[in-house]
Amino acid sequence: MSVEQQPHGTPNAPAIGPETGHAHGELAHAGPDHGHHELPFWKKYIFSVDHKVIGIQYAVTALLFLFFGFTLMMMMRWQLAYPGRPMPFFGRFFSDNVMPGGVMAPEFYNQLGAMHGTIMVFLGVVPLAVGGFGNFVMPLQIGAPDMAFPRLNLLSYWVFVPGGIIMLASFAMPGGAAQSGWTSYPPLSVIASSGQTAWLFGMIFLITSSLLGSINFIVTIVQMRAKGMTFFRLPFFVHAQLVTSFLLLLAFPPLEAAGILQLMDRLAGTSFFLPTGLVVSGEALKVAGGGSPLLWQHLFWFLAHPEVYVLILPAIGIVAEVIANNTRKPLWGYRLLVYSIIFLGFMSFVVWAHHMFMTGMGTTMSTFFQTTTMIISVPSVIVVTCFLMSLYGGNIRFTVPMLFATAFLPMFAIGGLTGLPLGLTASDIYLHDTFYVIGHFHYVVAPGTLFALFAGIYYWYPKATGRMMNSTLGKIHFWWSFVSINFVFMPMFFQGMAGLSRRLYDPTVYAHGRGVQPLNVVISWAAWSLGLAQIPFIINFFMSLKNGARIAENPWNATTLEWMAPSPPGHGNFLTEPIVYREPYEYSVPGAKQDFSPQFVAEA
Amino acid sequence: MSETVIPYMVKPNPVTGIPNGKFAIWLFLASEVMLFGALFSSYVLLRTGAPHWPPEGGLSSEILNVPLATINTMVLITSSITMVLSWASCKLGDLRKFRMWMASTIALSFVFLVIKYFEYHHKFELGHYPSHDNFYAIYFTLTGLHGIHIIGGIIVNTFLLTIGTRMWKTDPEHFTNRVENAGLYWHFVDLVWIFLFPALYLL
Repeated sequence: MSVEQQPHGTPNAPAIGPETGHAHGELAHAGPDHGHHELPFWKKYIFSVDHKVIGIQYAVTALLFLFFGFTLMMMMRWQLAYPGRPMPFFGRFFSDNVMPGGVMAPEFYNQLGAMHGTIMVFLGVVPLAVGGFGNFVMPLQIGAPDMAFPRLNLLSYWVFVPGGIIMLASFAMPGGAAQSGWTSYPPLSVIASSGQTAWLFGMIFLITSSLLGSINFIVTIVQMRAKGMTFFRLPFFVHAQLVTSFLLLLAFPPLEAAGILQLMDRLAGTSFFLPTGLVVSGEALKVAGGGSPLLWQHLFWFLAHPEVYVLILPAIGIVAEVIANNTRKPLWGYRLLVYSIIFLGFMSFVVWAHHMFMTGMGTTMSTFFQTTTMIISVPSVIVVTCFLMSLYGGNIRFTVPMLFATAFLPMFAIGGLTGLPLGLTASDIYLHDTFYVIGHFHYVVAPGTLFALFAGIYYWYPKATGRMMNSTLGKIHFWWSFVSINFVFMPMFFQGMAGLSRRLYDPTVYAHGRGVQPLNVVISWAAWSLGLAQIPFIINFFMSLKNGARIAENPWNATTLEWMAPSPPGHGNFLTEPIVYREPYEYSVPGAKQDFSPQFVAEA
Repeated sequence: MSETVIPYMVKPNPVTGIPNGKFAIWLFLASEVMLFGALFSSYVLLRTGAPHWPPEGGLSSEILNVPLATINTMVLITSSITMVLSWASCKLGDLRKFRMWMASTIALSFVFLVIKYFEYHHKFELGHYPSHDNFYAIYFTLTGLHGIHIIGGIIVNTFLLTIGTRMWKTDPEHFTNRVENAGLYWHFVDLVWIFLFPALYLL
């Protein structure tokens, strides 16, 4: 019997279908005089204060941005595979400013590159992993009726949206969108066209949104756990969200500071990042000078390295949930995992300058940051090892979420291990800024984090909608994506080792680039294939809303609290007050009636 | 709007000993420390990298108006005291006194801004804009951002003094907590100035 058709009710909670799921529990009522009344459409779905609606809003917006960011890259891949050739069919839809005669202009290529990075990181993965899953799942998993500050939650989404709109609208600015890469290194970014100003304003919105969100997350996790939900009974996903929130809270403000300084440089004519005697196009720049481009790099990477862990930690959290559920045994080394990610969080603040080995900051600094970088790889390896040990001896169900979660392990491992040569100056000097770097961090965030996020979507979709996603389409989506994505990123290691620089508009201008050019063709076709592979997912996502098999509370026979609430949960989440009796992953307990003992069931 | 009851909005959580709002404000202040910390670090880095500070020569204390800034420091410290007194009046259940002390806090914030305006105005008259050199750039950026924080505080405090006071009738404890949280923020803004004053004017 496949899992999709098992409408298992939990032993002491009545099985309630999605239709009656909106009923309110006593706990959820403000007072006896507050009757159940329907909210108008715009309050219920647009400006909702319900964490679940906000979570879904975040997730859907983020998925759209992910697809848009990916489209930018699919366009760049044409130029990389066939430099200087007019783009067939799609080329005609663009103006002559950006694609004269269908050939991509170099400035436009730079814009696509900068915006791909920005959109994927700040508008795609973080809003999906933290805003989407964090908002939807975390309060359910700790047994809270909502976030601690529902209106602040609403505000953080509606500050995020204008940030995204500004970023998108910047393509229409004179000179186009930002084109100094997602890192926006000065002095180029300071003298760039007005798209960069839009980028900075957009970032300030996004930073503010993350800040509000992270405060809300931390307060909710610390203050609002259900009765019996002690620190070491929290599902691992919640721990991951807690550490992530601290990273967002403390790492983003320095980027905000950097953004303010760069805005001052661009708008008020200061020279925080402009050195004395800067000459642009043969003319000395008329500024006071005395600034330091390196200062930006320090401020930027002080955020952007913890940001890497913001991308990966929620993904690790999702994988932990899915693996425990589908191996039908407790997560191996749960406490070790928790300690590891807390340590990881601390260490992520002291490794930032390993992005800057080429800046000539001196061997003492380099030695320090090499050491911390090697140290931070230890907890990451512990995490992967714990997951591997969890698989060992498990009775594995290869459901769609589990396929994605299992694939995460080798993909994340490849991404992580290929990072080691980049953390050591001797090898980094050669590999720095090549396609090797692109391959490395994409293995972490694309087949790593994104696969984990897909696992999360397939895993919690039934909770959010009351219906299963189609598993055949899911498997097509998985295998097609899995094969394609490896053909995209694996060849990049070889290109990088051949010395191909990552920001080249036309790789064939160099002899060493011409040598690995056939790989660019392979990568591009694989990337377009990866784009097509998302079609089954999109169909599945929308079709299952109507046609998916209906389920009760706990379709996966899982143990954590979100599976106690109705599917979908109504306002206030739980029908009866959740009380937590045991640790989060009590699967296959000897002597128990069934192979899962939920946290919310008194005797199993 | 929301029918959901959020626990520990007013009463402290027995484990942490504080209600949600106070916890949130401390977290917010932690992020503010990182924001101003990054700006102070930038200041240190730019200053140590400069052959001369201020770049145009002379001493910071000669370029900037130390007496006015000293007065402003006293004004802000006094406003922190009146802020505490307004909270204490709430605790004692005396709304009239709360109004008096809160109004004084807001008045003192305006005094600070007016003095700051004269300082800025004088610099502009001399043609010293942020673009003049990095000394002025960091001076205007840091004090400007601090000024925005003062304005934010004025908005919050004015809300508490006017519309916000309605809550006193329905839920005085919640209202008192709000005053306390606004106070925490206000003390932080004050503290930033305590660092800004010597770092920019005196050193």
